[in-house]
Amino acid sequence: MSETSTRQPVLRMVGITKRFPGVLANDHVTLDLYEGEVLALLGENGAGKSTLMNVLCGLYRPDEGAIYVDGRPIEIRSPRDAYDLGIGMVHQNFMLVETMTVAENVVLGLRGLPFRPDFSDVSEGLRDISARYGLEVDPDAYIWQLSVGEQQRVEILKLLYRGADILILDEPTAVLTPQEVDDLVRVLRRMVAEGKSIVFITHKMNEVMVFSDRVTVLRQGRVTATLPTSGTSPQELARLMVGREVLFRLEKEPCRPGPPVLEVEGLEALNDKNLPALRGVSLTLRAGEIVGIAGVAGNGQRELAEVVTGLRTAVAGEVRVNETCVTNCSPLEMIRVGVSHVPEDRVGVGLVGSMAVSDNLALKGYRGPELSRGPVLLPSAVQRFAHDLIESFDIATPGPETRVKFLSGGNLQKTILARELTACGGLLVAVHPTRGLDVGATEAVRKLLLEQRNQGNAVLLISEDLEELMAVSDRIAVMFEGQIVDVVPAADADVAALGLMMAGGRPEPGGVAQ
Amino acid sequence: MRVVIEKREAISRSARLLVPIISFVFALIFGAILLLASGVNPLVTYAAMARGALGGRHALGETLVKAIPLMFTGLGVSLAFRMLFWNIGAEGQLAMGGLAATGVALFLAGRLPSWSVLPAVIVAGMVAGAVWGAIPALLRAYLKVNETITTLMMNYIAILWISHLYHGPWRDPGGYGFPGTAQFPPEAWLPRLFDRVHLGILLAVVAAAILWFVIQRTKWGFEIRVTGENPQAARYAGIDIARNIVLVMLLSGALCGLAGACEVSGVMRRLQQGLTVGYGYTAIIVAWMGQLNPLGVLLVAFLLAVILVGGDQIQLAMGLPAAMAFVLQGALLFPMLGGALFTEYRLRIVRTGARVTAVTTSSAVEEAE
Repeated sequence: MSETSTRQPVLRMVGITKRFPGVLANDHVTLDLYEGEVLALLGENGAGKSTLMNVLCGLYRPDEGAIYVDGRPIEIRSPRDAYDLGIGMVHQNFMLVETMTVAENVVLGLRGLPFRPDFSDVSEGLRDISARYGLEVDPDAYIWQLSVGEQQRVEILKLLYRGADILILDEPTAVLTPQEVDDLVRVLRRMVAEGKSIVFITHKMNEVMVFSDRVTVLRQGRVTATLPTSGTSPQELARLMVGREVLFRLEKEPCRPGPPVLEVEGLEALNDKNLPALRGVSLTLRAGEIVGIAGVAGNGQRELAEVVTGLRTAVAGEVRVNETCVTNCSPLEMIRVGVSHVPEDRVGVGLVGSMAVSDNLALKGYRGPELSRGPVLLPSAVQRFAHDLIESFDIATPGPETRVKFLSGGNLQKTILARELTACGGLLVAVHPTRGLDVGATEAVRKLLLEQRNQGNAVLLISEDLEELMAVSDRIAVMFEGQIVDVVPAADADVAALGLMMAGGRPEPGGVAQ
Repeated sequence: MRVVIEKREAISRSARLLVPIISFVFALIFGAILLLASGVNPLVTYAAMARGALGGRHALGETLVKAIPLMFTGLGVSLAFRMLFWNIGAEGQLAMGGLAATGVALFLAGRLPSWSVLPAVIVAGMVAGAVWGAIPALLRAYLKVNETITTLMMNYIAILWISHLYHGPWRDPGGYGFPGTAQFPPEAWLPRLFDRVHLGILLAVVAAAILWFVIQRTKWGFEIRVTGENPQAARYAGIDIARNIVLVMLLSGALCGLAGACEVSGVMRRLQQGLTVGYGYTAIIVAWMGQLNPLGVLLVAFLLAVILVGGDQIQLAMGLPAAMAFVLQGALLFPMLGGALFTEYRLRIVRTGARVTAVTTSSAVEEAE
């Protein structure tokens, strides 16, 4: 814990105001960051966290307010200015070139490089930094070979290599497995001990508690509180963040499983690098139940979802939906047998950002007789359909004609859910459906999943959030290295046992694990 | 004071309209500077261009004759571009359309009832263009062969092929050695409306209207739009991308083939040198400047025809060298293409305060060592 009262902050943002058309994103926000501390910036989606940090790293210019670094007033007009001031940011979507090595990515964009940089020197320097901060990455590996967690380490390395003293991490845990989160905690502690200062953007209260020394809470563009972490609680933070008490418990009717909807037998598939990702997966989902898939990312969950939705071919095994064999059918055939899919990558896969909300809502239903006659679309029917869904799913959008990329994260997900749930013909495959969503939207999504189950649909829920899996699922299957380790009733599951299985161990009746 | 370029939050209707107009004004100014530099009065030159391209029935007719193939190929190319299929092969598809139309007009006309000759000529041109377009489409859709290379290479095959035909086997024996086929029989002529302006102009307008409807109002058009904006989402939504690539290129190639058929049957009435003068390449500019919108393509095709014909005319009227006409054509196009940037982006003038004077780190490379 740092002594913050007497020292001068390394960074001061005073009265920062930033307006966008129709939105007051930051309203006289003031924030102090001291040397050697982790400051959590907490707020719901759309509270103005990212805007504030984009101002700090030169992507936006504030309409009002001043920024001081080491007590000197400064103006940051571009990311380059920010770099020169020692301010660096790790964005949510990484800025890496997949076909280049770690070392090449690190020097990319640096000024004053020789025409042919000596990459062995760069690699050497990176190895030193890696060792100092516990950031293990092979400098000569190509980005595409790295896991998401490793890519994040590259982004951090990049900043450290360039001599950044103030690091901004934008929701860094959103893409990490529980283990990688632990690693990140360690890395941040080492960095702080070396005198770096860190702003940690998040909307999760438990992360504030684990990671930070102090916390600044934003709500609707305004600072509602700045507190030492040791003097607050998740409940207080939640109240400051959303301005109302949050329900953390879901009402759940007893599960009444019906006939099997999805049967997977001996499924084998390869990942993008042509390595075995599924190695004999067998699983049955019944109508009216939610089966959660737990596992550390990269153990075959994504490939399982893709095979079941027709986006990836299986090399062996069988997939049956409603007792029809659909192994290696096309995505369209999977849609036709009643498989709905909430994909992991909302903007990249689930939506067409530059098209209207109404077009996105019609993305699967346009083929049906409600929205088209013969080969011709019925624009008025599409508009009506969109209006109805916007209303019943409470999607916050100026109108159905608004381009979907202008919606916030929670509303993007609601748009996908509105489309997938109305068309659901028996099976819903939901991959990380609440990842990155704020408290209110998360609650809404979980309720919708339960509603599907209560209506008699089967739900395959892939999530890394164990609490979510235990709260929402009826049974939990744990995947490790392409196989299902065990399937347990959610009511009997506990975090410790699940965690053990996620690491490949199998709890034995005698309590001995291997 | 400093000027920054930033992305517009929303692309307004007025920007869509104003930007091309302002770009055009800038193009005229830019061209005027070049003309002044070479000692020519720009106002007189522009007046000569306008007169040459638009002044009177004959001039307007010649401009429309040039605009027609640009319209067809522009429509074809814009459809393919909508689906991110980079069809650089409009020139070859046009050539193949001309070849097939010529084949029918010369060798089948006598065996067909006379009323059916013209439709057969037109359809043959479209089919040939479609087939020529479908070959790279199939290669791309099912074997992932890069279409920019294949469509471009197939241009050379088609262009050299027709050149071989009108220089060799198909050359008119009574043509005093002039490279070109015999004239088509009159029943294979596309009717003319006035001067050399043929029925193709109406076909182009109809084609644009149909294309607009297909893209905006049909399920297939929706699939094309979705695929063009986000191929991953298209696959996820169950759209058969490979099949659509082939279908789109059949239609795109057919439009380009139609351009070739109209040229041989409406303008030249034979196959000869001058069929492949680069319409298919100019079509790429037409498609982008028309913002891939069929109606925009029609307008831009006409505008480019004005610049092309007007540029040719100043050689005669002003006694300028041909090179000067080409330079002027380029000078006019350049700001208009560059101006398109401002539909998506805008300039903003910002006041500058104190410069950043803080930390000027020595090279970061050294620092890390």
